[in-house]
Amino acid sequence: MALRPDAVTRKIGITAAGLTVAVVLAACVGIATRAEVTAGFGPGDWSAIRFTVVQAVLSAFVSVLLGVPLARALARRQFFGHGLLVMFLGVPFILPVIVAVIGLLAVFGRNGWLNAALGAVGLPEVSIYGLHGVVLAHVFFNLPLATRLILQGWQAVPAERFRLAAQLGLTPRAVARTIEWPILRQIVPGAFALIFVICLTSFAVALTLGGGPKSTTIELAIYQTFRYDFDLARAAMLSGVQLVLAGGAAVLALSIMPQVVLGGGLDRVAQRWDARGGLQRLGDMAVIVLGAGFLLLPLGAVVGRGLLGLGQMPGTVWQAAGISLQVAVVSVVVLLLIALPMAGWIAQRRSGGVEAIGLIGLSFSPLMIGTGWFILLNPVVDPISLALPVTALVNALMALPFALRIMVPRLRDTLQQFGRLSESLSMRGWPLWRWVILPRLRPQIGFAAGLTGALSIGDLGVIALFADPDRATLPLQMYRLMGAYRMEAAAGAALLLLTLALAVFWICDKGGRWGAEA
Amino acid sequence: MLKLEDARIAQGGFEMRAEMTLEIGQKYAVIGPSGAGKSTLLAALCGFLPLVSGRLLSDGVEMTDTPPGARPMTMLFQDNNLFPHLTVTQNVGLGLRPDMKLSAVDLDRVRDALGRVGLADHADKRPAGLSGGQQSRVALARVLVQARPWLLLDEPFAALGPALRNEMLDLVQDLVAETGAGLIMVTHAPEDVRRIADQVIFVGKGRAEAPQPAAALMDNPPPELRAYLG
Repeated sequence: MALRPDAVTRKIGITAAGLTVAVVLAACVGIATRAEVTAGFGPGDWSAIRFTVVQAVLSAFVSVLLGVPLARALARRQFFGHGLLVMFLGVPFILPVIVAVIGLLAVFGRNGWLNAALGAVGLPEVSIYGLHGVVLAHVFFNLPLATRLILQGWQAVPAERFRLAAQLGLTPRAVARTIEWPILRQIVPGAFALIFVICLTSFAVALTLGGGPKSTTIELAIYQTFRYDFDLARAAMLSGVQLVLAGGAAVLALSIMPQVVLGGGLDRVAQRWDARGGLQRLGDMAVIVLGAGFLLLPLGAVVGRGLLGLGQMPGTVWQAAGISLQVAVVSVVVLLLIALPMAGWIAQRRSGGVEAIGLIGLSFSPLMIGTGWFILLNPVVDPISLALPVTALVNALMALPFALRIMVPRLRDTLQQFGRLSESLSMRGWPLWRWVILPRLRPQIGFAAGLTGALSIGDLGVIALFADPDRATLPLQMYRLMGAYRMEAAAGAALLLLTLALAVFWICDKGGRWGAEA
Repeated sequence: MLKLEDARIAQGGFEMRAEMTLEIGQKYAVIGPSGAGKSTLLAALCGFLPLVSGRLLSDGVEMTDTPPGARPMTMLFQDNNLFPHLTVTQNVGLGLRPDMKLSAVDLDRVRDALGRVGLADHADKRPAGLSGGQQSRVALARVLVQARPWLLLDEPFAALGPALRNEMLDLVQDLVAETGAGLIMVTHAPEDVRRIADQVIFVGKGRAEAPQPAAALMDNPPPELRAYLG
């Protein structure tokens, strides 16, 4: 039943949504004033576009391809540590990219464990840099995402269907065809599209593992043009390309993108009567061990090397950690100020079309927004002095789609359940938020705040563009240490960054749930 | 006096008509088959459903477009009558102050109301810590502090057992007798009608009939009502 829109909430919600759009539009205006379309693309630009698309396709393809057997194995095997492993599948979501890179370098890098093993048996060493390194890192981040999405689909299958399959005595092949194939056909295209879009705007991975003319993404090209050549016209043009490519892909993919369920509940295993054969069992366990190893070894390396490197960290690391925390706090506050009224507005509408505004964060790249704002700000103030506020704002925008996905359903339920009662008591506007919506949404608010804080604290994006030599965030400081080949100190900083990101997430998430009523 | 004039009420694809005059201090039972529009009628009276056409008057004052909270009535729903995250006192206090800024006088009234429904010792509990009957009493305590001229019940006691339901109905009867409020209650049970109602509004075939004296109607029901009662 339709609720009368709450006038106060609606106005603030529309304002928040309008501000979000304005931030992006302003960036577009900045880009438009400087981009010289007539200059056309140079060979380097074409190469960046090609590389961006190729690595995104490969990353999405490999993630989904490996995600299917891993999800299948997790869906039909119960074992000790199952819940823990599924929980760890959520970690890459809040894992700072540059921390993961340190871990991946420790395992797959020149002096890493893999090359040590290969060398021991006389095989040539593999290099992690270039296309396969970028894809490897993207798969590290997105294989867990793909696995979770597919697992979600698997668990949506009613247990009765597997019972029916068992009664009919269907072979594993027949089960695959009648039950599993339809799920995959439904979910895989969406998962592929989502990962493809995410990888299109990848920056930190390309910055650390790519580079060079052959493996530069558009996002990285914007950064290089900006930092090294300070060619604003070309940076603006590349930003325009990024806008068209990533924005276009996001719009095209919007309809098939799956709902990302971020919470728990994925550790249930339906009782299965098929696939009991020893071979399938072995196969599943092998897939699980490989998947867990791929996920956990780099994380373990971060912890191990980090502990050794903690003593080597210069004081600037601690200073940077303090700055990062401040940026994260501001990001969280900005996010909540935008997301809560927007969620309130969206939840009152019958169609979810407005939610698309929140997807801006997913489809527009941070460096594109950064470049646009730099161009706008440059004549007025020194953009460097605004590096931290802009970083906090952009981080909040990037987290917005996830925050809305987390909050809107719960808000909708709350209004459904208590809207009439609130109305009959004349509770509107602030009292409605204060006494009904905010208390009911506490777990979701905590979760969204935790995600935003963790994403923000680990973000290496706009800050690299605006970088101030004196004030760096922790990820940037870490990147500088890596650039100076101080790998031990960088590893220590990575552990600190990992700890901070997880701690911020944990505190917000727990704080939201603590004492919250069902 | 509550007056529905030539009202058309629509919800989804469903539409019903209603024309009636209700006297304050009287107790009306709304009966009829499932899906005939009993809840729809109450939702329209309370302002949750706008009238497609027609008017609603209270003591001669038009309030067709008045928001629910500003109408001279309180309504108890089938469920979700209490906020689970708020204490009993807060839940009742909202009936006095929607912004929860309760003065000492307000708190006294809340305490009195809780005492009246026998929950003086449960003021600081949350609904989850109360039984179903006690939860209903909290909602009734809020009705008491709101003290509006009309009380509308959309089967709020349906989930209670027969004995508890009768207890609640007796309590409701006492409360409206004390405050002089009019009562409009949806029910499925003919025995409820006999127990409490002065008048019966029969809702059937997309139409709410004008109220008729309960005893006479139940003793000698017209064909449509007879078919429903079985």
